[in-house]
Amino acid sequence: MRMPVFPRTKRWIALLGCLPLFSILFAACGENSPSILNTAGPVAASESGLFWIILWISVVIFILVEGILIFSIARYRERPGMPNPFQRHGNMTLELIWTVIPTLVLFVILFFTIRGLLQVAPENEPAPTAAQPRIEVTAIGHQWWWEFHYPNYNVTTADTLEVPVNATIHVNLFSNNVIHSFWVPALTGKTDLVPGHENKKWFVAEKEGTYLGICAEYCGTQHANMRFNVKVVSSDAFKSWMSTQQQAAVSPTDSLAQKGQELFKNQCASCHGIVGVNVKQYYDTQKECTDAPGGKANGTPECQLGPNLTHFGSRSLIAGGVLDNNADKCNPNNPNLLQECNLAKWLKDPQGVKPGNDMAIGELTNDQIQQLVAYLEGLK
Amino acid sequence: MATRTIGEHTTVTTTGVRRKRFSESYIGEWITTTDHKQLGLMYLITGFFFFVVGGMEALLIRTQLALPDGKVLSPQVYNQIFTMHGTTMIFLFVIPVLSGFGNYVVPLMLGARDMAYPRMNAFGFWLLLLGGIFMQSSFLIGQAPNGGWFMYAPLSELVAGHAFEATPHMNADFWLLGTTLLGISSITGSLNFVVTIFKLRAPGMSINRMPLFSWMILVMSFLLLFALPSLTVASVLLLLDRHMGSHFYQYGNGGDPLLWQHLFWSFGHPEVYILILPAFGIISEILPVFSRKPIFGYTFIAWSGVAIGFLSFTVWAHHMFAVGLPSIAQAFFATSTTLIAIPTAVKIFNWLATIFQGKIRLYTPMLFALGFIAMFLIGGLNGAALAVVPFDYQITDSYFVVAHIHYVLFGGTALAVFAGIYYWFPKFTGKLMDDRLGKWHFWVTFLGLNLTFFPMHIMGILGMPRRVYTYPANLGWNDLNLMASIGALIIGVGVIMFMINFIKSLKYGQPSGDDPWDAFTLEWDTTSPPKKYNFLEIPVVRSRRPFYDKKYPEHADWKSVVEH
Repeated sequence: MRMPVFPRTKRWIALLGCLPLFSILFAACGENSPSILNTAGPVAASESGLFWIILWISVVIFILVEGILIFSIARYRERPGMPNPFQRHGNMTLELIWTVIPTLVLFVILFFTIRGLLQVAPENEPAPTAAQPRIEVTAIGHQWWWEFHYPNYNVTTADTLEVPVNATIHVNLFSNNVIHSFWVPALTGKTDLVPGHENKKWFVAEKEGTYLGICAEYCGTQHANMRFNVKVVSSDAFKSWMSTQQQAAVSPTDSLAQKGQELFKNQCASCHGIVGVNVKQYYDTQKECTDAPGGKANGTPECQLGPNLTHFGSRSLIAGGVLDNNADKCNPNNPNLLQECNLAKWLKDPQGVKPGNDMAIGELTNDQIQQLVAYLEGLK
Repeated sequence: MATRTIGEHTTVTTTGVRRKRFSESYIGEWITTTDHKQLGLMYLITGFFFFVVGGMEALLIRTQLALPDGKVLSPQVYNQIFTMHGTTMIFLFVIPVLSGFGNYVVPLMLGARDMAYPRMNAFGFWLLLLGGIFMQSSFLIGQAPNGGWFMYAPLSELVAGHAFEATPHMNADFWLLGTTLLGISSITGSLNFVVTIFKLRAPGMSINRMPLFSWMILVMSFLLLFALPSLTVASVLLLLDRHMGSHFYQYGNGGDPLLWQHLFWSFGHPEVYILILPAFGIISEILPVFSRKPIFGYTFIAWSGVAIGFLSFTVWAHHMFAVGLPSIAQAFFATSTTLIAIPTAVKIFNWLATIFQGKIRLYTPMLFALGFIAMFLIGGLNGAALAVVPFDYQITDSYFVVAHIHYVLFGGTALAVFAGIYYWFPKFTGKLMDDRLGKWHFWVTFLGLNLTFFPMHIMGILGMPRRVYTYPANLGWNDLNLMASIGALIIGVGVIMFMINFIKSLKYGQPSGDDPWDAFTLEWDTTSPPKKYNFLEIPVVRSRRPFYDKKYPEHADWKSVVEH
């Protein structure tokens, strides 16, 4: 009597039913995620585009191998009266076939690998043209926040990297502490910031918008909370933003903010610079500090440990990307300031918001927090 | 006149009963033993104990990450837990358990009476236990290693010229000294395997006739011997940096943080194959027995293992594609990584051909072995994806990599370890494990592991970095993380089922007889459990399946088979 090929059909139907489940999950989860598949520029598109090639090759191999496996188990499972199988020890032709075919497939993938690798390599950064200018940025990894310095504009900011659309952004990657990794899934894959190494990368953003950046190398206690935004704006918006950034901080006019300024000078200015408040030549000094080795160390009196806050009010993220800068909730007259304004929460309890961070601020009264919020949010 | 009765631990004299020596008491016998079988069991039990410890650490990780903004663990504690999870599983679970199988089974398979250096064998075991306890004891003073199992400098430095958070307390020292101790243990174990395999084989058991498990243990031993010095050197240099004022990894003084990564991965990548090759060996033993066929392509499987061994020393920088190596170097490591995938693929096809047209008996060991093939395939495919360098820039250090290593090490090695325990349990004890409960254990584990680790691919693609103690609620990672945490609990239930089965079968298990699986290799050609001397007479080997030849002389392999 001939045995049926699949004695228990229902099981396979149930198994097949499980497969679409994962694709539904895939679609449902990704809406607000920094997915590597929602690309907004050619570098990320080139990198993530390979995903589909690999996925399809993998799916074919997966179905083939798991198919043979499941078929063999179903078909050759021991049944009563089954004779002992033929004792086959090997077959040279078959061995060669299944050595050569995977080799060919793998070398096809290797071709795409090396081609893609060269496409996005630092040495293949496109030359600047009128249509696609080049903007140079130095990304500095701190524990645990990002500082961005625009050497051609003498501007330093933190947590938000603002760049024009359709420009080549050349990023110098610098760290003088531990290793971090610069990753903006929508725009470019990772390159590490290795102390003592002058790593570089480039990317182009083709769509305006805000994209999440993430530190991807384990860098200590608050590695999980070291994010930044890349804000891609039109070329004109970038120019006007840049001209604001190049100006000194405005002096506050209302009394609350003026009190906040005094408080800032006493309590915060040893770590945080505000150009126009600090008499030091902030940019030059800071550049020396970050130009280690050989430069001054971070944390020495001239060098400031925390982010420069000159145009704090214009930023979208604070505290190393943990909190949104929700300025609309931070009107100092807001009766629920401490509950609603993220800056106030941060000033009230920095160790509660981000345990282990270096913010060494004494206990502040609610009035003092109100004054500081008024001052800092006013720094547009 | 004293007479000694063999097998009874008392010495009877004509004048009376002498007090038992310590080494003759039950506890004393375990502590002083140099018998490879007892040591093998001790390795296995120790390894399993640390598997439970590492599993608890994994459950803590998954509890913290089950919901966004988790508050179960502080970041400081979480970082210790994830570091110790990786370290425990790799150094204290997988290596000891695989060495345990090797210790117990290899001399029996080869027809030897013990390992070549029995005392060194015992030394290696006790050093392992010491090293393991030393490392875990760091939790008692709240300073467990917290730099990741990869311990990258300069985060693992004491301090450096700049004000930043490194590792000022003893956390990293526990790791560095602990792995050095474990390294010495592994070196002694590996030397012992190499000499045993080269010198103590039964008459007729040529290298070309050794069971594939012995082949893989041999390759693993060579890998350990050549890879571990790199880790030891790296660790000693870091200890010098930390305590003697040297600057090997400090860029401000002419050192280089990348030196650590090169040294570490020169060890770390062969290490990955150290963890998987013996698993390949276990699978290559179980599949033929439960398919009633010889292994298909013995020579290809053996030599592909050797090829993997050699190539594994040329691929280390594929862990470092994001550190900014020159493009030409990245292309080289992409190519070598492509090459190492070939022998791995060859093995999978040979296993499929082994079960194809066989007579498959689906007992628990076979179920785990087949599960190994199904899951390891996924680990191979997503591993090949990681070798595509530009794509790797996007997914390295994301949860995609976590999915990859767990499909290889849990879907691969851990399933093979369970397969091996179900397979050789009758050999260890003379009793069978409960097959029904074993099958439950398999299906629960299979479900749990896919529920835990498959969503991690998607998390990685959705941009979730690894080694984070928490994540915000608005990035679309919540459901996947919850799924993974539920899966981890299910794996935990599976492990409890296994423990119940193990203890129950130890006490009430059905007697298995000497050869319950109708197996092919020499370890079954003696009593179960074997006597101290293993074989009354050393067997003579005439083919790759000596015990099959003995049981079925009319079909014996040596009559018909040409050995390539």
